[in-house]
Amino acid sequence: MTVAVNTEETGKKIEEAIPGSVVSSDKGSLTVDSKALAQVSEFLKNSPGLEFDYLTVLTAVDYLNYFEVIYRLVSLRNNQSLILKTCAYGRENPTVPSVTGTWRAAYYQEREVFDLLGIKFEGHPDLRRLLLWEGFNGHPLRRDYL
Amino acid sequence: MEIIRPDVSTPQEADLADGKLINSFVETCTSQYPDPDKWLDEEIRRNVLLTTVDAAVAWARQRSIFPLIFGTACCAFEMIAASGPRFDLSRFGMDIIRFSPRQADVMLITGTITWKMATAARMIYDQMPEPKWVIAVGACAISGGTFRESYSVVPGVNHIMPVDVYVPGCPPRPEAMIHGINRLHAKIVKGTIDNPNLALK
Repeated sequence: MTVAVNTEETGKKIEEAIPGSVVSSDKGSLTVDSKALAQVSEFLKNSPGLEFDYLTVLTAVDYLNYFEVIYRLVSLRNNQSLILKTCAYGRENPTVPSVTGTWRAAYYQEREVFDLLGIKFEGHPDLRRLLLWEGFNGHPLRRDYL
Repeated sequence: MEIIRPDVSTPQEADLADGKLINSFVETCTSQYPDPDKWLDEEIRRNVLLTTVDAAVAWARQRSIFPLIFGTACCAFEMIAASGPRFDLSRFGMDIIRFSPRQADVMLITGTITWKMATAARMIYDQMPEPKWVIAVGACAISGGTFRESYSVVPGVNHIMPVDVYVPGCPPRPEAMIHGINRLHAKIVKGTIDNPNLALK
């Protein structure tokens, strides 16, 4: 089993490197601003002591006011894990930057989140529906989908 | 031979009349009636059964139905168990499981069919040669089951193809599947050459 890193210390490290990027950090997770997500992901992957080289899960939650995109990261080298979150606002066109450039594993999972929740990932090489068919009306995992 | 019933008034007279009749039988019944199939050779007579063509064809069809497996969910494992040695589908002439629709007679829909899968299922059904039958196994294939109101599940496989036998259960045990196959046999026996699949009529 991996050990969860101290999110508050990690948050301070990120804040030092990329000022204004961390929104909040509680005991279990670390929330960052979606504008700085590309820099934060590169920092988490490449800086010594963190080296989160493995994205296990990318998923999202609909809180009606906003969407929360959740990244579960694992460092195989340091045997530790981190839950990273970011928020996307708006019902019509919620957007977060893609992390496929950092973690290739995000490719299909971002397509799945786009398919079922309608969150657009900017910079994704091929953002199409994954599970449902083209022409399907709506995004079924949204809470207002009936 | 004409049998004459004499008028009798006492039991003794009746006995005498019966005796006369019996004696007349003994005297006259000396030759044999020929067998109706006397014109046939001995070998043929012992080895040929007469029936109708429909009954013979239906009998043959009933006893060798090649199943096409279409397992999309957990019901498929019950079908695998049913085809194994314990429940032994070979008893019903179904031991040759086909993976090509062109060689199959009955399509076993075992599991949930989503709308994305429905096109493939219908295409496979269309490729099966006549006569063909469909068994819908399990709640999902029959009606959509738990996922009936879902956005992606077909609410019953009879929306996309005619179904002959429904086997309820979630999932049904192999015994239930065997019962369904028996019901299908009963249906095939009723069919004729012109209309083997009564469901399409």
